[in-house]
Amino acid sequence: MSEAVVSQAPPAPANAYVAAWRMVRDVIVNDRKAKIGASMLAFLVIVAIIGPYVAPHNVELPNTDIRLTGPTLLNIMGTDHIGRDLFSRIISGLTVSLMVATGAVVIAVIIGVPLGAFSGYQGGWVDTVIMRIMDAIIAMPGRLLAIALVAAIGPSVGALWFAISFGSIPRYARLIRGGVLAQREREYVEAARAIGEGSGSTLFRYVLPNAMAPVLVQITLNFPSAITAEASLSFLGLGLVPPTISWGQMLSAAQPYLEVAPWLAIFPGLALTALIMGFVLLGDALRDHLDPRYHGRRRKQKKGSA
Amino acid sequence: MLIRYSIRRALETIPTLFIISVIVFSLVLLIPGDRVLVMLGYSGGDIADVISPEVYKAMEIRLGVHDPIPVQYMRWLSRALQGDLGTSALHSIPVIEIILGRLPATLYLAFASIILGAVIAIPLGVAAAVRQDTWVDKLANGVVLFGLVTPGFWVALMLVLLFGVYLGWLPTIGYSAPQDDFVEFVRHITLPAVVLGLDFAANVIRFIRTDFLEQMREDYVRTARAKGLSERVVIWKHIFKNSMLATVTVLGFDISRLLGGSTVIETLFAYPGISFLLIQSIFNRDFATVQGVVLFLALLVIFMNYLADILYALLNPRIRYE
Repeated sequence: MSEAVVSQAPPAPANAYVAAWRMVRDVIVNDRKAKIGASMLAFLVIVAIIGPYVAPHNVELPNTDIRLTGPTLLNIMGTDHIGRDLFSRIISGLTVSLMVATGAVVIAVIIGVPLGAFSGYQGGWVDTVIMRIMDAIIAMPGRLLAIALVAAIGPSVGALWFAISFGSIPRYARLIRGGVLAQREREYVEAARAIGEGSGSTLFRYVLPNAMAPVLVQITLNFPSAITAEASLSFLGLGLVPPTISWGQMLSAAQPYLEVAPWLAIFPGLALTALIMGFVLLGDALRDHLDPRYHGRRRKQKKGSA
Repeated sequence: MLIRYSIRRALETIPTLFIISVIVFSLVLLIPGDRVLVMLGYSGGDIADVISPEVYKAMEIRLGVHDPIPVQYMRWLSRALQGDLGTSALHSIPVIEIILGRLPATLYLAFASIILGAVIAIPLGVAAAVRQDTWVDKLANGVVLFGLVTPGFWVALMLVLLFGVYLGWLPTIGYSAPQDDFVEFVRHITLPAVVLGLDFAANVIRFIRTDFLEQMREDYVRTARAKGLSERVVIWKHIFKNSMLATVTVLGFDISRLLGGSTVIETLFAYPGISFLLIQSIFNRDFATVQGVVLFLALLVIFMNYLADILYALLNPRIRYE
């Protein structure tokens, strides 16, 4: 088994990225759950990009003649307490939600990945110190930490990015560190060193690409929590404030009108659920593919181990 | 052996505790403006009108803002270790007293959610594994997916809409202490506990199902079956016992998620626990309380994780000898 792994040709650096993407593509093509998730996401991302241009109504324009009216042909999701079109506002909220979540995930990746790589590659006390800090951050309740950070810095998109990403940095650092430790002693890395590549360049050109697949999965699974975190913070009044439109804030504003205008609470929540579901379905399928332990149905696995 | 293990694990949490204390201390440094005014809860207006020079001076001395940051940290830490988390700018009483006053409500809610979650999750997770690919399995899958994709505070709003607004069965805000009126206590805690319990259950179902399926392939299960034991004995006496081991750990670690998630839920239901206190203190600019609550909750989570670890070792002797 191990011989087979060692005798494999050293993966060329560019191919490792291609292989990671190919894995994603294969899972989407072959797994029904992944297909549904990816389709939902593709649709929602397109809506998020072109939506603000094609939204039927102005998102800010109040119209007191039609305040708190239920769904009609003109306002298919009804109107809010000052007569703004809910459907158009939900589309705007989608763009904002995706923007905040993407920013938070990107920050976590660009801090976590190099940190974990450096830590694993260095080893020794540097590694111990960095990983201890990561353990401590993971041990803290992430949502709580985000609330405290936003409370201290003050509400803004930047603060949200920082606060939401902070708690997930260790996840990437741990993943990559594990990958680096596993790859470090492989033959192709030694070969790279032998032909005179510096350690930094070996790391970035050879080791990292080959540890990328689990990171892709983690990114997909990170989105739901980032989206929920933004919505929760905005719901609490600690996230985005008007005029920026956020689903969390819309849900919070809907609370006093629950009795007379329940659609104000129902539709933003459904939109939030749909967005999260897209990522969860895709992420779960990818994880099942990478780590069959989560997949109870893989009976093939049983034969292999028996 | 267990005692030695407990001590070793306790020592291992020290670096974590140290780093957490640094993070919590640093929080206040991030707040823009004069830190003395921040800690006094100053929120605008003519400073001379709201804060007397003596009060300002006293806070300045307490914080020691002119000392190097590490010195300030050490002073803060040594006070915190003695239970002195400062005085609330809003209520003018020690922060620790406010926190301890709110603690029971939060603990009741946590326990109610865990029990509710476990009651849903354990039978459903086991049934899903044993009757794989049947309707039970699909139901369990549905509950898991529901828990994963629906934000808790939205579920809460929908439950308020249904049980509070339309049916009028349950109160949607507030709290009643169990010793005052137990029926009211149950009525008030039900909705928040259901929301948190469902979220909790989703995680636990998924875990139990996976773990159970894995256990069912183990040699000891084959041996038990080969001995001619009935399927019921194999499942409940052998697999269930082993699977519960791992479940206990998951329960312990999930408390961290539970306490984090409870912030929105406590606030939404105006449930006077520690998490709601945090949000109230943020809006009242009562940063001594904010700092105290964050530290307290983080310590609570670490302690719960530690307990879960010890419980796991107690149930599974192999761990202790590693």
